[in-house]
Amino acid sequence: MSFLIGENMTGGYGAADILHGCTIDVELGEIVVIVGPNGAGKSTAMKAVFGMLDLREGSVRLDGDDITRLSPQERVRRGMGFVPQTSNIFTSMTVRENLEMGAYLRDDDYSTTLEQIFELFPILKEKSRQIAGELSGGQRQQVAVGRALMMQPRVLMLDEPTAGVSPIVMDELFDRIIEIRNSGIAVLMVEQNAAQALAIADRGYVLVTGENRFADSGQALLDDPEVRRSFLGG
Amino acid sequence: MTDFLDALVLITNFVLVPGVAYGSQLALGALGVTIIYGILRFANFAHGDLMAFGTMVVILFTWWFQSMGVSIAPLPVALLALPIGIAAAIVMSLGTDRLVYRFYRRRRAPSVIYILTSIGVMFVMNGIVRFIIGPNDQRFTDGARFIIKAGEFKKATGLHEGLAIKLTQGLTVLVTLIVVVGLFRFLQKSRTGKAMRAYSDNEDLALLSGVSPERVVFYAWVIAASLAAIAGTASTKVSNHSPIFSCCCRFSPPPLSAASVIHSAPWSAGSSSPFPR
Repeated sequence: MSFLIGENMTGGYGAADILHGCTIDVELGEIVVIVGPNGAGKSTAMKAVFGMLDLREGSVRLDGDDITRLSPQERVRRGMGFVPQTSNIFTSMTVRENLEMGAYLRDDDYSTTLEQIFELFPILKEKSRQIAGELSGGQRQQVAVGRALMMQPRVLMLDEPTAGVSPIVMDELFDRIIEIRNSGIAVLMVEQNAAQALAIADRGYVLVTGENRFADSGQALLDDPEVRRSFLGG
Repeated sequence: MTDFLDALVLITNFVLVPGVAYGSQLALGALGVTIIYGILRFANFAHGDLMAFGTMVVILFTWWFQSMGVSIAPLPVALLALPIGIAAAIVMSLGTDRLVYRFYRRRRAPSVIYILTSIGVMFVMNGIVRFIIGPNDQRFTDGARFIIKAGEFKKATGLHEGLAIKLTQGLTVLVTLIVVVGLFRFLQKSRTGKAMRAYSDNEDLALLSGVSPERVVFYAWVIAASLAAIAGTASTKVSNHSPIFSCCCRFSPPPLSAASVIHSAPWSAGSSSPFPR
């Protein structure tokens, strides 16, 4: 029984379904990566798990509780953090204010969490008074991930965290994600850079037309000749 | 040298003092429009009539206080009535939101719908105000008229030109300063203020962070209505013209265009504007 599982998810935005009985699960202290071709429903699967999409069939369970009908905000309260692919920071606010907004639902003192995030992303401490919209792409992603971590989530969901950043910054971001995983958080992410993402993943899903095509450990997927040929470019 | 000083006093008396007082009124009105624009994302054409409504309540209560013999001379009694006018404007705007705007918010209507709706709201509010107090000029000033009188200024300084500052002008600038500083501090420092800026910046992410849209909208109306009542009262007292504006054309455009200046000013790219875009 996984910590977070979206089981047999079917649904879409309008009349046509995008997901067809897709199942995704993630355990605490584990990185799970969803890869697949364009239009496979990777981001949609993430949104479904996070409650931004109404499911016609299937269910989402967190720590054994059925959360299928809960709103995204309610899921944040229950310990799920989500970093959208775009518009994932408050561009007119300072880095520090961005992080404070992440802790908006917390009534307790969050200064320790803030320090932990500054430890994880030292650049954010340096630039804490700077307007977030003035930062580089990689730094913005760090703000976005930091914002989601302010609620001390048990599950962190990342929608293409390395989209549009340079390879060096991507490696650095992946290192940070491994650190987050090592602190016991379940990490679920969608990635375009499939090979690199699978290399750091504990498990991976290959999604095609809204269905699970392959599910295995990250390394096994990388070694699978069919997966390599179809989705990783040889 | 006295010529130079005379010129300085002349321009202060006829340009600077009235200009700053008028600018203060515009700033108060424009900030209200800007707050609503930042949170609800539409240019509120009914803002001018919200100002008139708040002013009307202030006038009615000022008359009532005056009839009871209440006086806080040299300050005008209207200052005592102002909180009541603010409260009435808040109730009016929250009521309008509940009855009208919330319906469109739930439908996620495009902003042009809101704008057209606000023109309708404008006519209704204008009708209410005309129905209650009528379209004529109303006098409600009392207390001292001047802080500095022209004649006394001439005598004291020995210059040829006089400088007069009305008490209402001084009060308007003072109140504007207090309100503007208070508002900016609220938006920059307080938890709710930050939530409002976050909501204005990135609505979806603010929702993800747990910001309640209804709460943010509530505060936006409270702030905008307070500013409207203050601005309306101030401009009626200073320029001494009718508080009941001949429909929209008298009062909505100045705050709206001033608000567009606030938005397009070069410094709005930084963090100094309440709602940078």
